[in-house]
Amino acid sequence: MTAYDVERGDAIHPGKPVTVDRYTGGARINHWITATSLVLLALSGLALFHPSLFFLTGLFGGGQWTRTIHPWIGVVLFFSFTGLFIRFWRANLWKAEDGTWLARLKDVLTGHEERLPEVGKYNAGQKAVFWGMSLLILILIASGFVIWDQYFAAYSTIDQKRIAVLIHAIAAVTIICVWIVHVYAAIWVRGTISAMTRGRVTGGWAWRHHRKWLRELVGGKERRS
Amino acid sequence: MFPPLPNPTVKPTPAQFGEQDLIRRSASNVAPPARQLTPVAKLIDTSKCIGCKACQAACLEWNDLREKVGFNSGVLDNPLDLTPASLTVMRFSEWINPETQNLEWLIRKDGCMHCADPGCLKACPAPGAIVQYSNGIVDFDHDRCIGCGYCIKGCPFNIPRISQVDHKAYKCTLCSDRVAVGQGPACAKACPTQAIVFGTKEEMKQHAEGRIKDLKSRGFKNAGLYDPPGVGGTHVMYVLHHADKPEIYANLARDPRISPIVELWKGVTKYAGLAAMGGFAAFGFLHYLISGPNKVSEEDEKKAEQLTGSDVS
Repeated sequence: MTAYDVERGDAIHPGKPVTVDRYTGGARINHWITATSLVLLALSGLALFHPSLFFLTGLFGGGQWTRTIHPWIGVVLFFSFTGLFIRFWRANLWKAEDGTWLARLKDVLTGHEERLPEVGKYNAGQKAVFWGMSLLILILIASGFVIWDQYFAAYSTIDQKRIAVLIHAIAAVTIICVWIVHVYAAIWVRGTISAMTRGRVTGGWAWRHHRKWLRELVGGKERRS
Repeated sequence: MFPPLPNPTVKPTPAQFGEQDLIRRSASNVAPPARQLTPVAKLIDTSKCIGCKACQAACLEWNDLREKVGFNSGVLDNPLDLTPASLTVMRFSEWINPETQNLEWLIRKDGCMHCADPGCLKACPAPGAIVQYSNGIVDFDHDRCIGCGYCIKGCPFNIPRISQVDHKAYKCTLCSDRVAVGQGPACAKACPTQAIVFGTKEEMKQHAEGRIKDLKSRGFKNAGLYDPPGVGGTHVMYVLHHADKPEIYANLARDPRISPIVELWKGVTKYAGLAAMGGFAAFGFLHYLISGPNKVSEEDEKKAEQLTGSDVS
């Protein structure tokens, strides 16, 4: 079988318990740069989104600094996320079982894993987060440039800027919601966070949540040996 | 003729209005003021303007602004557009009246209109950076301005300009500092033909009526007052000889209003956005309370050991 769900660096270490390498050091650094940027962008963006959150500008050294720094963090995020995209896009391609998984979202939320199809390195929820983030970041960087008045004011009309600022706000709210789903899922599904900190998960975690990926890894190992 | 503004007293005079007279404050709320100031207005009579730019010079001088030496672009407009230093500019339009075939030279002094419903203030995210006094003056507080340029998106007249030096927004203040001590705006004081006059809004409307009657008697049958209702009226008004065609005056807006996109952005998006984010967070919180963490079981670990052959080794 084609093991295209297996990414570079994924490996099994038999033992008790089994450990599985899920993310390389590079991927983890890449992830945390992206994560930090996203959090800083959300904080600085929310400060200008609603008056009741304006106090958040204090975290960045005041309103002027918040306005100055926000777009630059956006540029960092864009390039950092591009790195993640290149690493992860293949394993996030939509497969037949993803539709089934998504249709049984109720079973996912109520913890009936036994009723779900076996999934590869990413389940449909994770894939939705990945593609949602990818699309929203594109929308945000594009609309962001239109309203980055310090350098790009001359390249668009005021009407275009009005549309851009509305799109930017809606996309930002949406990406924050996607982020909440992403973070909550990592907290709720125990054993997940170590994948992005130490790079490893336990075999049991992989068996429970990404069995197809685990089987592919075992299969690949058998083929190699 | 409207009585000219009296010369100021040389004695120090306390400001006649201030913080206590705010009716709107950007990104924040104000308590309704205890008193209502008499609404003021500047009336610009385009039919009396001779394009001398004394108003521009007076504005630079009073506000202690320096416009950098520009270039001649072949037209009389100088500078070509409003800038952070030039809070007012004369816009010259050559228009051939289709009825008379006469070339008419239309000169409009452009600058902040001091809308009763100010789009800049609505768009501003910085608390107190834009304020509106009960006499109608809309003013920028530069200490609070963050330079985001949202006021530019909010303004239906394309007036505010962001300085590339201090990254703050600038526009005409209606000389709030002069008005506060009983004087009129510097431009009105300097105007040699009384094309610019200043007083209470009622006085200005009355004065405009007389001017419009006069213009009509001279054949300008569409003469009228420009006090656009779409923004609740303005505290800078024009007498136009062709009030039916405001756009011939260097694209003066026919029916200015705060863009519906800005209303959407600053209205429902703001509240729906907070609600959506709060809703997602609340769902997560409740879900965790009710269903608890999703834990890997011993059996899962055993299955993985069987699959990888760890159980036999």
